[in-house]
Amino acid sequence: MAANVTSANARASRLRWLVIAVPLAWMLIFFLIPFFNVLKISFSTRARAMPPYKPVLSMVDGIAGLFDKLQQLTIANYLTLVADSKYWLAYVSSVQIALFSTVLIVLVAYPIAYGMARAPRQWRTTLVMLVILPFWTSFLIRVYAWIGILSDEGLLNQVLMQLGLIDQPLRILTTNWAVYIGIVYSYLPFMILPLYATLEKLDETLLEAAEDLGCPPMKAFWTITFPLSLPGLIAGCFLVFIPITGEFVIPDLLGGSGTLMIGKTLWYEFFNNRNWPLASAVAVVLLLLLVVPIVIFQNQQQKQAEKSR
Amino acid sequence: MRRGATWFNATSVAIGFAFLYLPILLLVIYSFNESKLVTVWGGFSFRWYGELLRDQAMLDAAWVTLRVAFLSATIATVLGTLGALALVRFGRFLGRTLFSGMIYAPLVMPDVITGLSLLLLFVSLDLDRGFWTLILAHVTLTMCFVAVVVQSRLVTFDRSLEEAALDLGATPAKTFFVITLPLIMPGVVAGWMLAFTLSLDDLVIASFTTGPGATTLPMKIFSQVKFGVTPEVNAISTILILVVATGVIVASLVTKRREVERQKAERLALQG
Repeated sequence: MAANVTSANARASRLRWLVIAVPLAWMLIFFLIPFFNVLKISFSTRARAMPPYKPVLSMVDGIAGLFDKLQQLTIANYLTLVADSKYWLAYVSSVQIALFSTVLIVLVAYPIAYGMARAPRQWRTTLVMLVILPFWTSFLIRVYAWIGILSDEGLLNQVLMQLGLIDQPLRILTTNWAVYIGIVYSYLPFMILPLYATLEKLDETLLEAAEDLGCPPMKAFWTITFPLSLPGLIAGCFLVFIPITGEFVIPDLLGGSGTLMIGKTLWYEFFNNRNWPLASAVAVVLLLLLVVPIVIFQNQQQKQAEKSR
Repeated sequence: MRRGATWFNATSVAIGFAFLYLPILLLVIYSFNESKLVTVWGGFSFRWYGELLRDQAMLDAAWVTLRVAFLSATIATVLGTLGALALVRFGRFLGRTLFSGMIYAPLVMPDVITGLSLLLLFVSLDLDRGFWTLILAHVTLTMCFVAVVVQSRLVTFDRSLEEAALDLGATPAKTFFVITLPLIMPGVVAGWMLAFTLSLDDLVIASFTTGPGATTLPMKIFSQVKFGVTPEVNAISTILILVVATGVIVASLVTKRREVERQKAERLALQG
């Protein structure tokens, strides 16, 4: 009997170990280790070969050969990123665009989330569903839809001209304004949902008490509602800021040649110039730039998950 | 005062939803436009849907995309559910912080970084790029989303049911399949659907990790859009929107009904 229990326990702990090991191994191989590979390649030079970089580190020539190859590694790609303003300006401009868009998204999302949280209870599930639905439809398609609206002969310009508000079409597509519109549109649900989740849980008796005690609604909002919605607001900000900084599709399709964003730079460096080592260096620096926000985001998510238990 | 606030709330919600839906609606309307110029209305027609059916390259791309999405979502759901179990059920274990970090980081990681790093891995391993590397890449991206969705279901779950099964002598594996899995099923299904649509949708990671012979629909759409807006893209977009919207609505209605039935059964059990 005792032996049976022990073997059952051993089986259970083996099972437990398997449940952890399989996804852990997968993420190590396909998520973590590849970053070190990118780091390694960012120190190599471009080559006319396949793969198009050298040296390719390997043990075929023994330890001495490997050591010889290690000496060929250079920091030239990183020097290029610093020396050529095309690159470092793209970083600065990406962070600027991401910060400004995050502010815009908060301004647009807050009233919507607030209105949803104050809507009659029986409507709320449907409203949440309606916010999620466009998020399920293709990102690329949603960005594409704006080309037809914002172009010179697009629908927005047609409507404005019909109304007589303008007599020359406005140039919006291929400017940063189109990029902002596209970003706000695409990332809006990521801000609305966490904000709604915190606003919906807000204890309304607090607001009633404030009102009974003669607090004006505006003041009640800033002293009660807003501070209590901060966890959702902060989660939403990280959820949009980090991916926007590395965004490629929106600046490429809606922006013009003047729209500098680092995701676009990386893409063109890789696909058009076929300079893999430089593209890797671009990726490493972008990751270093985002590592602090990403770690804060992780900690926050983990805390949230543990709190709801 | 109260009335003013309600009016303000209703208006902001209405404008917000108009902003979310109007572009999609316009896109759908213009897919039925006879004219080749996307911005000029030339009468109602199914012309571009016909063109689409004759566009073999587009159909091939759609077929590749569907197969990749189905396979990668299925693998990602298994791995993501295991990941969620490890995070919620196993308390502290060696490398837990690293593990949860690797689950949350891909959710916000810019696609260009994930795509590039996976591609360089495949090149270093000398794997032929194509259908299978695409699946490996999409599983990696989407299993994290599955893990987060399933995790949120697992934390709201009554553990005493599992404990009862274990006390009555069920093995941990049996307990999982008979008790845990049916109860977290809505989360697992939602996770699978999310993984499926993310895979269906992905342009950047696919462009990096695929090879000749496995061009996906988003890649095809992207290259057409680069040449300018074409009504054919509106037509394929409309079909995709329709398929995804139907899927999401049907799934949510089914889960809602199941939930109601389950609650009714629980109430009956308590009375009995």
